[in-house]
Amino acid sequence: MTAPTAVPYDPVRAAEVRARAPRHGLPRPGVLLAVAFFTLVCAAAAFPGLFAHAPDQVDPAAALLGPRAGHPFGTDQLGRDVFARVVYGARPSLLVGAGSTLLAGVAGSAWGLLGALGGRVVGEVAMRAADVLLSFPGILMALLVVAVLGPGTRNALLAITLALAPGFARVVRVQAMVVRGSPYVRAAVNLGLTPARILVRHIVPNVVAPLLILATINVGTAIIAGASLSFLGLGPQPPDPEWGAMLAQARDYLDAAWTLALFPGAAITLTVMSATVAGRALQARYEGRDSR
Amino acid sequence: MSDPLVQVAGLSVDFVTRHGVVHAVRDVGLTVRQGECLAVVGESGSGKSVTARALLGLAGATARVRAGTLSFEGRDLRGLGTREWRRLRGRRIGYVLQDALTSLDPLRRVGDEVAEPLEVHGLATRDDLDDQVIGLLAEAGIPDPEARYLQFPHELSGGLRQRALIASAIAARPSLLIADEPTTALDVTVQAQVLDLLDARRRAGTAVLLISHDLAVVARLADRVSILYAGLVVEEGPAEDLLSSPAHPYAAELLAAVPSVDGPVLEPGALRPAPAAEPGCPYASRCALADDRCRAELPPLVSYAVPYGPGRAVRCFHPGEDPPRPAARRGAAPVRGPERAVVSVRGVTKRFRSSGGAWRTAVDGVSFELREGEALGLVGESGSGKSTTARIVLAEIAPDAGEVLLDGEAWSGLRERRRRLRRSRVQLVDQDPLSSFDPRFTVERVIGEALPRGTPAVRDRVAELLGEVGLGPEILRRLPAQLSGGQRQRVAIARALAPGPEVIVCDEPVSALDVTVQARILALLSRLRRESGVSLLFISHDVGVVRQVCDRVAVMKDGALVEIGDVETVLGAPRAPYTRALLAAVPRIGVPRIDVSRIDAGGRAVDAEPAMDLKGPT
Repeated sequence: MTAPTAVPYDPVRAAEVRARAPRHGLPRPGVLLAVAFFTLVCAAAAFPGLFAHAPDQVDPAAALLGPRAGHPFGTDQLGRDVFARVVYGARPSLLVGAGSTLLAGVAGSAWGLLGALGGRVVGEVAMRAADVLLSFPGILMALLVVAVLGPGTRNALLAITLALAPGFARVVRVQAMVVRGSPYVRAAVNLGLTPARILVRHIVPNVVAPLLILATINVGTAIIAGASLSFLGLGPQPPDPEWGAMLAQARDYLDAAWTLALFPGAAITLTVMSATVAGRALQARYEGRDSR
Repeated sequence: MSDPLVQVAGLSVDFVTRHGVVHAVRDVGLTVRQGECLAVVGESGSGKSVTARALLGLAGATARVRAGTLSFEGRDLRGLGTREWRRLRGRRIGYVLQDALTSLDPLRRVGDEVAEPLEVHGLATRDDLDDQVIGLLAEAGIPDPEARYLQFPHELSGGLRQRALIASAIAARPSLLIADEPTTALDVTVQAQVLDLLDARRRAGTAVLLISHDLAVVARLADRVSILYAGLVVEEGPAEDLLSSPAHPYAAELLAAVPSVDGPVLEPGALRPAPAAEPGCPYASRCALADDRCRAELPPLVSYAVPYGPGRAVRCFHPGEDPPRPAARRGAAPVRGPERAVVSVRGVTKRFRSSGGAWRTAVDGVSFELREGEALGLVGESGSGKSTTARIVLAEIAPDAGEVLLDGEAWSGLRERRRRLRRSRVQLVDQDPLSSFDPRFTVERVIGEALPRGTPAVRDRVAELLGEVGLGPEILRRLPAQLSGGQRQRVAIARALAPGPEVIVCDEPVSALDVTVQARILALLSRLRRESGVSLLFISHDVGVVRQVCDRVAVMKDGALVEIGDVETVLGAPRAPYTRALLAAVPRIGVPRIDVSRIDAGGRAVDAEPAMDLKGPT
């Protein structure tokens, strides 16, 4: 899992650039496409019944078929419709991806703010703890947590949250320190505002706004991590459809029906790509740059 | 005299942007001869730097450069290829930029930087390169060049960096030196040395094209002056003539806006909106003399031998007519009898640990009083401890020794919890207002936050405060980033006024502004002080600015106060040697454009008319 950005973001500069550069027209077609696809995946996650039915309906007579009418993505080893399973698999994938990012963002923000504003001792402890956690590869960290807590969607979500949170904490800490030292916070202090008021009105909003965009980019990473865990059998348990688990099962039948791996794999790849592209475009727009 | 070294006629530079074509430079002509300094003067956005860059072939990829004549050393520069330009730059034309720290490569030694043009243009052999570079550094007035040669830019002071930059610009003995705001970031004493250095090059026969917004700097160096406004030359002529009797109303305004150490203190005219678009005279919207003809057609650039002497040309239908003259007024409110001290600084000392571990004394036993309703100036060079003193007065940092009293009560010694309740009584106006506003806040929220808790009808009160600083309610919903520099500083002042403070600390409030905007902000501060009776602690490196606003002045050097007293006394008859040196270094315009009859025997302007209204655009 990569740290979202190394350079602290300067809200004042970005606001000035935004004010100068007028709203661009439509985003580039690639970005539009990514946004459209991601929206579609979200819709499938929210209302899978709109797109397909009965992902768990077994039909041994129609096992391991290729794509055809009635089964646009073919069927798996138990004769279940792959299209329906891909559609129904969107929910756990997104739940783990977006949910863990959200939780990690909230926990990491609190953690980072503590690191920046909690005084020397508390701050040091918080950040060294983040260093320790970050020294493990994220997926290893997640595996460890699942090994302790046991497999399942909820535990996978928690595991990925724990793997992502220290990265957020680091970014938030740097950002909070930049904001805390900024002349507008100095001005607020000179007005006699209480520290709590300054925290709520000036520091948190200016730290969190850019963080939301970084979180969008991180959703893709989290989806991959979630799919990896279920690929290893540590995520949602059968028979629930999940992209990573579907990939794992498809491994055994690649000779008979290679398309079995193609569709869940493509679903993961395209979803991650679209989330990342959309997030980058959002970030560039917020910072007043051209996305490239 | 020989043929001109540089001849430019009909130079136009357009930039194609998303919002259409911007005419940055329009039909500009100029000539520079050997051993002559031509100054191109104008405010930001007037096209002066673009003109300079067009001469170097550096106008940029998005620029469309057209010229009737563009020749240098008799060569036509139009249609030169990249490679040919490169052979010219650094070799025949040297370029000195404003910011020496960012212009020098931080990872390269100063010597290598200076050696580069020699190597690139094959002007030195490996054996004599070092000697040549050391010679150049010495020539640029860098003491101990053998040691400096091996240092990195961050190890040099601002003045030395600027000299190193000049040394590299003159390394290849170019016949033309283009200096773009070469002294803007420097202290006056250092500025004087850099100007002397440029002057020495000029005397040695190099042509100098000086780009500046500072007429006082120009007066010190230039033989001829060309004043740019909105990309047009509005007036040109010999420096001495032009500065003593400007014919174009804009030239007159620029000159009047320069805060001087010895001229009268003037209040500038009312604020007017930014220049209008074509077709008329671009200055018409700001000009007191403008009539319908000015707004309808662009005046041609006409030469006037009489009555201005040879070489003068003006782009104006009403050259030399006196605009309604800004009211002269006294520099300060009359000094009243013994008054209550609002802020007492007593023997304050502050030391900082530098990165090397050594202690550096930033402020050393400083004592002064800021009296009720007075404006006290604090002048000194960078590093003299002015800003640290300000931060101690604001109780942002605690002094190591000594104390600060507010209204005779403890201030610096208080615990933050108790001090917070009184913080609104001391406010700050900073050099860079933009970064002192929360970027997500609108103007209304920025000022509204500063109002005392529980103020009824916040929006009305904010609009009222904006009115006091000459801004209309239409900017209430704007973000600070959408305002101009002058507007931002006005908003900052409105915010400082909002809690009804007794003291406003102004830390270099105008040093980032154009001279005409600066004059208006200073006048605004003076007026607000008179009306509201707030005390000002006014920090500036610019003696002229301090004189414009302050009753008393304190001079700081190396953390200590060397002189304090009435502003006219200290500046008129300085006692401390350092004050004398500081004043001697201030560039000034030879013949100040003042009406002698209006000046009384003491050299101060008589309060002839009531101060003009500064309530802003009407």
